[in-house]
Amino acid sequence: MAKRSPPGPLEYLRRWQMQAWLAAVGVFLYAPLIALMAFSFNDSRRNIVWKGFTLKYYDKAFNDSSLIEAFANSLTIAALCTVLSVALGAMIALVLWRFRFPGKTVLDGALALPIVVPEICMGVAMLVFFAKVMPWPVGLPWPLNLGAITIAHVSFSFPFVAVVVRARMASFNREMEEAARDLGAGEWRTIKDVILPHMAPSLVAGSLLAFTLSLDDFVITFFTAGPDTVTFPVKVYSMVRFSVTPEVNAASTILIVLTVILTAVALKLQGDPAATAGHGGEKA
Amino acid sequence: MEQSWKQAKSVFAAALSAPLAWLVLFFLIPMAIVWAYSFGHNEGLTQIAITGTFKNYARAIEPLYLKIFLKSAGAAGITTFLCLVIGFPVALAITFASPKAKAWLLLLIMLPFWTNLLIRTYALIAVLRNEGYINKGLEAVWNLAAKVMPLQPFQPLEMMHTNFAVVVGLVYVHLPFMVLPLYSALDRLDKSLLEASLDLGAGHLRTLFKVVVPLALPGIASGVLITFIPALGAYLTPDLLGGPDSQMIANVIERQFKRANDWPFGAALSFLLMYLTFVAIAVQALLSRGKKTGEAV
Repeated sequence: MAKRSPPGPLEYLRRWQMQAWLAAVGVFLYAPLIALMAFSFNDSRRNIVWKGFTLKYYDKAFNDSSLIEAFANSLTIAALCTVLSVALGAMIALVLWRFRFPGKTVLDGALALPIVVPEICMGVAMLVFFAKVMPWPVGLPWPLNLGAITIAHVSFSFPFVAVVVRARMASFNREMEEAARDLGAGEWRTIKDVILPHMAPSLVAGSLLAFTLSLDDFVITFFTAGPDTVTFPVKVYSMVRFSVTPEVNAASTILIVLTVILTAVALKLQGDPAATAGHGGEKA
Repeated sequence: MEQSWKQAKSVFAAALSAPLAWLVLFFLIPMAIVWAYSFGHNEGLTQIAITGTFKNYARAIEPLYLKIFLKSAGAAGITTFLCLVIGFPVALAITFASPKAKAWLLLLIMLPFWTNLLIRTYALIAVLRNEGYINKGLEAVWNLAAKVMPLQPFQPLEMMHTNFAVVVGLVYVHLPFMVLPLYSALDRLDKSLLEASLDLGAGHLRTLFKVVVPLALPGIASGVLITFIPALGAYLTPDLLGGPDSQMIANVIERQFKRANDWPFGAALSFLLMYLTFVAIAVQALLSRGKKTGEAV
């Protein structure tokens, strides 16, 4: 390593042109986010010239009850959505992995729909559904008032979980299942003791995916949210429309940090970031 | 080998019923209702009569809305092209990086992708607006230059609320969508083919266009699709970064449902967007199938 050899023919990463390109892309992707986070600590409302370090906008954000309520709503919805999505996603992944049945191709296609359909189309479908078919009662106690948003989130999250779980089950050795049966385990026992342990890592990955998808969603929530069920992104949206203020920077920084932590945990659990590269690649 | 469902009916039924019911009730039925509405018209203030009319679709392809559709497709097309040009070298660099560097580079690409879309758009507003970082930076340089030579007072570049801002925003948001499928396609390439091409005297650019691109074509096609579809239906970016004349199709749909209260027309627009999505997917599927059978022969 001490002596640097000239880059080999395929070591593109060691060419300066490539390094410059990567650096430029890195600046493009990260500079706005880093500026956003840095200026949340800036002691000036103008948000453009550095005037000194302060935490007062975090203090303000934490004392803004509507912001806190929106944040709590978002976390609650994300938690509920995660539980439901993982259960539903794992079940349907198990069915599609294990069985041959008439209509399988159709089911497979239908399950891919929530992933590929443009968000706006799904948003308006949810708006219509909760306005005309199943009006969600107003004034329910928390957290029941979040039901409509949670349902919408589960609808677009659980197919993603199913994709992750199915990818994992592809590496399952079916002989293990047969062995369990041979040794006298019943259906449910086999699922519990043989299949579920193999599935476990993908359940963790899937739950983190569902949690992030739910926490991030703006468009579909925007169409399902009522005046008393504001989520964090919807709240930030109304603040952003108004103007660029340090409070929004502070609130955004908190969410970015939370996302980074969740991503780090997900990658740690999955071991290899390349393994997650393909997942969730279809949805904003 | 997969088991026939008849061999374990109770497990099959138990595992299938809940997700299937959810999918039908909370996804397919809502979509079907919107689809039905697209053939209806408003009756009174709240009632919608489904009459099987094609009036909404006819209105959707009137010049005014057709222009917005074309404009959305244009913006999504430019975005996809820029993402491909910017993202291809990145994917190439990741492919040929050492395993450790590869993991880090992938993480760097994925991290913004996991960050909230709204926050990323907001971060861009702070960069692009008249009092934003770019204009303040330019102003500082301008004022320095003004000390040496006489110059007009600084005029900020108007970037916010323009089509330029929308495209920048779309590229910013969708770049990871392009890089990840490109990377997974390039990673599967047989590297000895590249070495052979370089050995036999082709330059890097020639190798790229004659060997890498043709081999990675299915991956490029899926990257293009995965970028184009969400960019076409983008709502937030044109809403926050665009001006009155950079509205995209999703903004028009939103207006029909939330402000104009013309649900049947909004439904027709939203299903036209769906049809376009399906056409794009079908074209991509055909292309990749054609490619596969071509290889088999």
